[in-house]
Amino acid sequence: MPETTPQIRKLNYGEAVNAALHRLMEELPETLVYGEDVGVPGGVFGVTRGLRKQFGDRAFDTPISESAILGSAVGAAMMGRRPIIEIMWADFSLVALDQIVNQAANVRYVSGGRLTAPLTIRTQQGNAPGACAQHSQCLEALFLHVPGLRVAMPSTPQDAYDLLVTAVHCDDPVLVIENRTLYFGAKEEVTVGGPVRPLGGARVRRPGSDVTVVTWGAMTARVLDAAEALAADGIEAEVLETPWLNPFDTEAVLASAGRTGRLAVVHEANVTGGFGAEVVARVAGAGVPLLAPPIRVGAPDVRMPAAPILAQALLPDADRIAGEVRALVKG
Amino acid sequence: MSERRLADLLAMWRVRAFEEKVRELRLAGPIVGSVHLCIGQEAIPVGACDVLEPEDALFATYRGHGWALARGVPAERMFAELLGRRTGVNGGRGGSAYFTAAEYGFHGENSIVGAGAPIACGAALAGRYDGSNRAAVTVFGDGAMNQGAVHEAMNFAAAFSLPVVFICENNRYSELTPIADMVRTSRLADRAAAYGMPGHRIDGNDVEAVRFHVRDALEVAKEHGGPTLLECMTERIVGHYIGDAENYRKPGELDRIRAREPIARLRAGLLADGVPAAEIDAVEARARAEMETAAAAALAAPFADPATAREHLYA
Repeated sequence: MPETTPQIRKLNYGEAVNAALHRLMEELPETLVYGEDVGVPGGVFGVTRGLRKQFGDRAFDTPISESAILGSAVGAAMMGRRPIIEIMWADFSLVALDQIVNQAANVRYVSGGRLTAPLTIRTQQGNAPGACAQHSQCLEALFLHVPGLRVAMPSTPQDAYDLLVTAVHCDDPVLVIENRTLYFGAKEEVTVGGPVRPLGGARVRRPGSDVTVVTWGAMTARVLDAAEALAADGIEAEVLETPWLNPFDTEAVLASAGRTGRLAVVHEANVTGGFGAEVVARVAGAGVPLLAPPIRVGAPDVRMPAAPILAQALLPDADRIAGEVRALVKG
Repeated sequence: MSERRLADLLAMWRVRAFEEKVRELRLAGPIVGSVHLCIGQEAIPVGACDVLEPEDALFATYRGHGWALARGVPAERMFAELLGRRTGVNGGRGGSAYFTAAEYGFHGENSIVGAGAPIACGAALAGRYDGSNRAAVTVFGDGAMNQGAVHEAMNFAAAFSLPVVFICENNRYSELTPIADMVRTSRLADRAAAYGMPGHRIDGNDVEAVRFHVRDALEVAKEHGGPTLLECMTERIVGHYIGDAENYRKPGELDRIRAREPIARLRAGLLADGVPAAEIDAVEARARAEMETAAAAALAAPFADPATAREHLYA
């Protein structure tokens, strides 16, 4: 893919997404950025700021019509555009799931590759204090159940940049699920303008020998905090982040779990039918010998209440993650 | 004049003969699954496709065989698709209700009611950036007028002045239920005004009327920008799907429908203009012979290769 001279900038997560969008609009003239409030207002989280000014009518606002946004992206992509559309909250995608599941995911397969739908859906999900039950859900497992869709969940500014660039260059429909609690986090050094990591792959965020903890999205930071606490108890957890969930780096998980002999999967989504179940099944199916039964840590199968004190009682935090992993290791 | 009408007749007979052959193959066994025929509605695809340009995009429904044929998709490859053969337009992946042939300007059937309308908006939107002067035509039934996605698409197209022609084939039934029982107003075309676009109810069994109005709507779309809604009144002579018991029909209804169906009407008009009956009947025979040959060739083709069932999922 084309790229300019790599450059290191101090960016937070939201700014990194914004930088990726600017790069993509520059290097791929067929890209369009649109969605609710993304043009003139620059997005409710400011992530698309500046695009309208710089790229004119290639960045625009739409009616509050998720079916029209997603469906038009499918049609425009079939005709050679490369739309990058925003669904403001992942919960809102449920209004128009048809266009993602029945339409976008089928285009390439049914046409035998003669038609494609290279569109990228940017959205964000998860709980933040005060968010109601319709603005808190973690829905990645729904999309991971659908063959034909790529799914990424970046947690660092560098991955927020890299994964979006990779997603938009990919000729498949890709869902990039961001997290609004990360948008305004600390600025980090982000390499922009250079080559980015290819599709897929895992990141060892912390090496360890006693237990493998697989995680993704905003849970990654909490798992790292938990690993710090565990280290103080003499438990070395290997934190393996999988920012790409489709394609999923099963081999990296198998290798790590094979080394440590223990497996925990941590996600913010509800446990039942969550992608953690799939990860555990793949490790079990591969016959990796484990010293203890694997565990899944996630939100219990409950709706998400708005009051922070109630939500905190359900969401995995560093203490709960550390507690469950400690119990796994200590037996 | 009678030359063009004979050409229209041939085009409509090709659709009907195709559909009748499909019905035969479905009832005999080689075609399996849910099949929706457009017998009685042939004038709409034939009139509309006659005025579409190669660069225009066309999105149809599961009742889309006629649209594909009228757009130029070869009958043999369509039969093969319905028969699950390697030579099918999608090698058997699309089937009767969801095949696509973009190389012929046919951007697909859709077996989700109303889902093609937002997609057509995107095809039209793309034309704004690629300099193609493309218009997009999306076809759906009266039942789809009650789908949220169609409302969203109409507003989206109108708000952005997109070159989209919304063609509603009003055959009076939303699947098995009368549309009259599912809406409070009688003219679906009147809804266009609410979106700020022109809307017309036209005789969908008159191929010339369809041609005239679609040409006009395409001109509006391409020269001035902006969508049009055409409510094409028609009736299917057959069930919603092959096997539909049609117990919702009123006594004598099918006889009344047959008296005004497009092929019988055009035939009567040609006879009244002095075209010899033998010449008219030769058109039917020619269409039927073409479809027999195409079906036979499709039946002789190899089945799709099971080893390829996992291919083409990702780039």
